[in-house]
Amino acid sequence: MKVWQCVVCGFIYNEAEGLPSEGIAPGTAWADIPADWACPDCGVAKSDFEMVEI
Amino acid sequence: MKPIVVLGSGLAGYTLVRELRKLNSEIPITVVSKDSGDYYSKPTLSNAFAQNKSPESLVLTPAAAMAAQQQFTLLANTEVRAIHRAERRLDTTAGPIEYDKLVLAIGADPIRIPLQGDADVLSVNDLADYARFRDRLKSAQSVAIMGGGLIGCEFANDLALAGYKVSVIDPGPYPIAGLLPEQAGRQLLEPLQNMGVSWHFGNAAQVVHASGQSFQLTLTDQTIVSADVVLSAVGLRPRIQLAKEAGLSVNRGISVDEKLQSSDQAIFALGDCAEINGQTMPYVLPIMHAARALAKTLNGQEAAVAFPYMPVVVKTPAHPIAVLPVPRDAAGSWEVLEQGQGVKMGFFNPQKEMIGFALTGEYAKERSEMTARCKAKS
Repeated sequence: MKVWQCVVCGFIYNEAEGLPSEGIAPGTAWADIPADWACPDCGVAKSDFEMVEI
Repeated sequence: MKPIVVLGSGLAGYTLVRELRKLNSEIPITVVSKDSGDYYSKPTLSNAFAQNKSPESLVLTPAAAMAAQQQFTLLANTEVRAIHRAERRLDTTAGPIEYDKLVLAIGADPIRIPLQGDADVLSVNDLADYARFRDRLKSAQSVAIMGGGLIGCEFANDLALAGYKVSVIDPGPYPIAGLLPEQAGRQLLEPLQNMGVSWHFGNAAQVVHASGQSFQLTLTDQTIVSADVVLSAVGLRPRIQLAKEAGLSVNRGISVDEKLQSSDQAIFALGDCAEINGQTMPYVLPIMHAARALAKTLNGQEAAVAFPYMPVVVKTPAHPIAVLPVPRDAAGSWEVLEQGQGVKMGFFNPQKEMIGFALTGEYAKERSEMTARCKAKS
């Protein structure tokens, strides 16, 4: 399980925790998140920003 | 080989550097910044307080690491005094710098409303401002915010969440009136009121008097608001002075075309300082798109920026909002599509096509779906 960070706003996505409030189950890999998903903090689309492994 | 010189280390300047490095690892890049050059995300400044974030913890990548990762020369704490276009040379506090191409990503200044009295008004436009603001809040219990627009409301929500007594003063009729239709903007009133925010619309602060450690603001309707800290969030003015003095064409911002090119072929502008074909777009998404297009152009594959529909998210967790703003002069009207814990509104042009929307409360999460609906019809 990895942790990713939005380079635009610093939002952290933890694969182990998922994002239940956004309908993303715990354990969801970053690669499995739909391309039209947008960062809940800054609104940048998944395809529109890089996530860096931290 | 003379470098591409980027003035500014904010979201615009650094996103451009990152995008350019993806395309070209060789081209020399110099970044000139008037501050430390640490990379942080400006949008987080208006919702960092309630999370008790220190200014240091908002730095995503320190300047030195940024310069090493992206392979550029950094001139930090350096002011640019003049652009000598004929010689492609900058006159800076760190000496002269020659450029092959110059990118102005110098941002915007907070607009300040003139006030009578002993105003000690803060604004939060960069990380150093945030540090000062946070310091002043330590001994404060109440904050008066001048400006009930997007940033003013984000701060109001954040500070109320942190337990401050917040007053918002705005000459307009309702919250975020610049972006939202009235029915959507009004949705914010009650949720924030329930957190202790008091609203003063149709009102402006006229006089500020210091009384002990706090301030008394007299509004146009003679209401007195007391606050320990006064924050101004009434908008931004693009920084055009440097460009103007260099004889570049400027309007509200530095005038550029869809290639982000100014009236000088070797000089480009993007971010909050730029006016792209007559439009200033001081939001994250337009900056990302503009940076990507400009990176291509600077790499020799001339590219025009094409903006898709770009919704703006308002960080008011008490009542979340997403809006796809419509141009001020757009023909058409707002219609309520659904109403529950919030409101879902669409803006329809005379052909009955939806070209904008405002989603509040429970509907805010339908942002992607609504953007897709607008796309499908365009």
